[in-house]
Formats: sequence, C-alpha cells, structure tokens
Amino acid sequence: MLRIKNLKCYYGRIMAVKGVSLSVKKGQIITLIGANGSGKSTLLEAICGLLPGWEGEITYEGFPLKGLDPPAVVKHGISLVPEGRLIFPPISVLDNLKLGAYTMYRKKQHAAVNQTLEKTLDLFPILKERAKQPAGTLSGGEQQMLAIGRALMSHPKLLLMDEPSMGLAPLIVEKIFQILETLRNDGITILLVEQNAQAALRIADYGYVFETGTVVLQGPASELLADQEVKRAYLGKDYGEFYDDK
Amino acid sequence: MTSHQTRNRICYAVFSLLIIVAGYTIENPYYIQVLTFIGINTLLALGLNMLMGYAGQISLGHAAFYGIGAYGTAILTVHYNLSPWMALPAAIASAMIVAYIVGIPTLKLSGYYLGMGTLGFGMIVNILFREWSSVTGGASGFIGIPTLELGPISFSSGRNYFYLVWGFVLTSFIVCQRIIDSRIGRALRAIHDGEKAASAVGVDTRKLKLQVFILSAAFSALAGFLYAHLIFFISPGTFSFIASIRMVTMVVIGGMASIWGSLLGASLLTLLPEWLHAFSEFEMVVYGLILMIVMIFLPRGLTRGLLDIYERAVKKNDR
Repeated sequence: MLRIKNLKCYYGRIMAVKGVSLSVKKGQIITLIGANGSGKSTLLEAICGLLPGWEGEITYEGFPLKGLDPPAVVKHGISLVPEGRLIFPPISVLDNLKLGAYTMYRKKQHAAVNQTLEKTLDLFPILKERAKQPAGTLSGGEQQMLAIGRALMSHPKLLLMDEPSMGLAPLIVEKIFQILETLRNDGITILLVEQNAQAALRIADYGYVFETGTVVLQGPASELLADQEVKRAYLGKDYGEFYDDK
Repeated sequence: MTSHQTRNRICYAVFSLLIIVAGYTIENPYYIQVLTFIGINTLLALGLNMLMGYAGQISLGHAAFYGIGAYGTAILTVHYNLSPWMALPAAIASAMIVAYIVGIPTLKLSGYYLGMGTLGFGMIVNILFREWSSVTGGASGFIGIPTLELGPISFSSGRNYFYLVWGFVLTSFIVCQRIIDSRIGRALRAIHDGEKAASAVGVDTRKLKLQVFILSAAFSALAGFLYAHLIFFISPGTFSFIASIRMVTMVVIGGMASIWGSLLGASLLTLLPEWLHAFSEFEMVVYGLILMIVMIFLPRGLTRGLLDIYERAVKKNDR
C-alpha cells in the first residue's frame, strides 16, 4: 500500500533520515519504534507533505507522493494524527471534528459529513458528551481521542499515528491501542510511530526499529518483541536482568 | 436552523432597526458625522479582524489599502472623470491585486516578522502617496473629490451618507458572519491555533491566508472610498503608519475574532478623541490611559470582557 525507498530527509543541513526503505501492507498495523530524535516523526511528516525537500521515493498505492502538499495527501486518503495531538484548543470538540472533514465538503454533501460525524462520535462516546466544550478543556486522553477522531473524518485508508501514547496514563494508553486494533479490524491501515515499544509491538503486525535515522532492525512484531537486542534497548530491560536470564 | 443562527438573525434585525431609527431621529449633523465615521472605521476594523482575530495574521500596514481605496477613487474620478460607482470596484480591485502581490512573499512570514514585513509595505505605499505629487497631489493632499450621486439622490447631506455607510457595514457584517460560520471560518481559526495542525487536516493554509489577506484589503479599500467621498479631500497623513496602528488597536480593544468587537472598538476609538477635547493638551494622555485601563482589566477586549461581566452577574443572581 505504502512503499518508501531510500528516503532521505533534511532539516537545514542536518540529515534526519538517512536512506530508509520500508513498506506498509494493507490492513496491518506497522510500527516504527526507536528513541527520541531517531527520525520517526520526520518520516511521517515527509509522507504527509509537511516536510518539503526530501529525497528518495514514496509511493502510495503505486502513486508517487513527491511534491504533493498536505491537502493533496489528505485527499488521497492518508491522514495524520500529529505528535502532541495538536488539536485546536479554543474551538469546540464538534468543530474540531468538522475541521477533519475540511477536504470532504466540496466532494460530498453535508449529509455525508454528518454521517461520518455520527460514526466517529459513536466510536468515542466521550466526545459526544463534550461536543460543545472547547477542545482545550479535555483531558490528555480525550484530546488524543479527538485527534484520532479528527483524522478519521476524512475517510482515511491509511492512518499515520505519531506517538499516541505520549504523556498518557498506562490505562488510557491501553484504551487508545484497543481503538487502533478496532480501526485495523475495520480495514484501516495504520503506520504507528511509538516510543512505548512494548505496547506498540503487542498490537502491531510488523515493526521497524529506528536508530539515528536508519532502520537497524525489522521483522514481525512478535519476533521483535522477543528479540534480545530490542528488549535491552527499548523494552526497559536493563543489562542486569538481561544477563541474569541466561 | 440552529439556535446560533436564530440568535444571529435577531441580532442583525435589531442592528438594522437601530441604524434606521438613529438615522431618522438624530438631527444634530455633528452626531451624524461622528456616527458615519464610526461606520467607516468599523469597516476597517472588521476587515483587519478577519485577518488578525480569526486567522491570527498580524498586519501593521493596512492603512496602505485604506489609502489605495481613497486615492484610487480620487485619481479615477478627478483625473479620468470616471463615475464614482465605476471607480469603486476599480479601487477595491486594485487594493486586492496589490494585496495578492504583497501577500505571496509576506505571508510566508509569521509573528513579529510578518508585522515587520507589512509595516515596511505600509510605509512604502505612504511614501508613494506623499512623493508622487503629479498623481496624488503629494503632501499637500488631493482636493476636489466629487460628491456621490445615485440618480436623484445626492450623498452629500449627512443623513444620506450615514445610511450609505451603515448599509455597507451591515452587508459586510452579514458577509463576514457567513464566512465565519462556514468551513472556511473554521479553517481560519484552525490556522490561528496551529498552522501545522491545520495543514495536517488538509487546510491549504498558504492559499487561505492569502485569500483572507485579500478580503481584508478589500474592506479597507471600501472604507477608503467612503472616506474620500465624505471628506472630498485626502492627504497622506490619514493613511500613515499611525493609522495602521489605530486599526490594530480597534481590533484588539474591541475584541479579536468578534464581528461585534469590530464595531465596539471602532466606536470607542472614534468617540474617545471627540469626548476628550475637553482635556485639551492632556487629551492624548487621557486617551492612552483609557486604552491601558481597558487592556489591563479586559485583556480579551471589550466584547469578551463585557460578556464575562454579564455572565458573572447572571450567575450571582441565580445563587
């Protein structure tokens, strides 16, 4: 569905992604894990058209995404849930969701948008309760749900998620990840960038491990979860525990 | 129809009624004149509020568009003998074209840098008005701008002009309200809150910022046109840097992202100097003091501030 070949991204003169290749299969959750600053978010921004001037090749269902601006990418059916959620705080929850359907109004009728709105609110009942509240008054978890809901409003086939667990309590993270599984079962493909490697690998089908702008390891999620090296570096097992096991 | 829409319709109905009644009952030509100026300033504030209050893009050079509207109609009607009604669309169109050309490079900037960019633009245009004497009359001003006439109606008397200006204000209010309530209005507010997030949901931020910049330039030019045919004389001083700052002040004092705030801000900033004549040489001191007090106690502007006070009073009564 999504194929990335030898992608190189720059911030000024700094190369943040150094020739990454990966592919996302339809109907799967693919996760990119790795430490801060390893280039995961940069890669997502390149896909969305938010980061111009990358080199390499990104194709979505055979269609090259090079040179497309963010609205065009959204119209292709790719939607981003940005890092830090980036909801619009003073605007009501409902209007935040409607903004997610910004590109849909011209193509479809208002009725169709309202239908999507209903569906999204059914998925997140808490948002329905708070529909009229300014989005900034929501709790962190609710804001994350709003960000996901907003992304779903444009009928994406591919959902790009940037650190959905950031700053959330473990229980809420679990809830969010359950929602991601539901979405996958509904046929939405998800590219999930996470620092919480354990949670991400548990729901993912396939994973890539990033380190300073390159992919150092990849494989089926279950294998990565069991991999000693991944355990040591990303799953919070320290050396002592690691060697004691032996 | 939602309650929000109904409320708005009632507001506009009451507002139109007030305009009609005011025009009929007020006899004093001085009051009519002041109210007409409030109308012109409201158009200025409204246009800038769309750009600043809603889309969050500051402009410190909007007096340039005000001037282009005024000088545009002056040049076309006096030098080229064009009817003012032909000059009106031409003047507005020139302001929009200038906004388009200036907007493409400047709107890439944001925050302080956008402020600086538009400031420079405003100064350049003002210098043009001042120095291009053969066309604009230079520093001594442009005289002989004709009276507006529509068939048998002449817009020279105070009352007719009052209705003309406030008719434009009412129409502009309704146009802006419709924009704000649409998906475009939501997108503008989204740009205000975060450009990156706005583009992530598919808003073409660059295009929309340019469009709202052009729209606000059009409102300023309309105000300039009305000003020129009211006073019959224009000079560069009216469209200087100070005028741009006054426009920004109207928006901030009245209330950002509020249509009625534009009206309140324009009213206060037009009326204050009139009231403060009594203070003679201390006029500017008191003027500055009042603005400071408003900003300290009602930091979100008059509209929001007064609403907050009202809501607090209602809550107290309920208890």
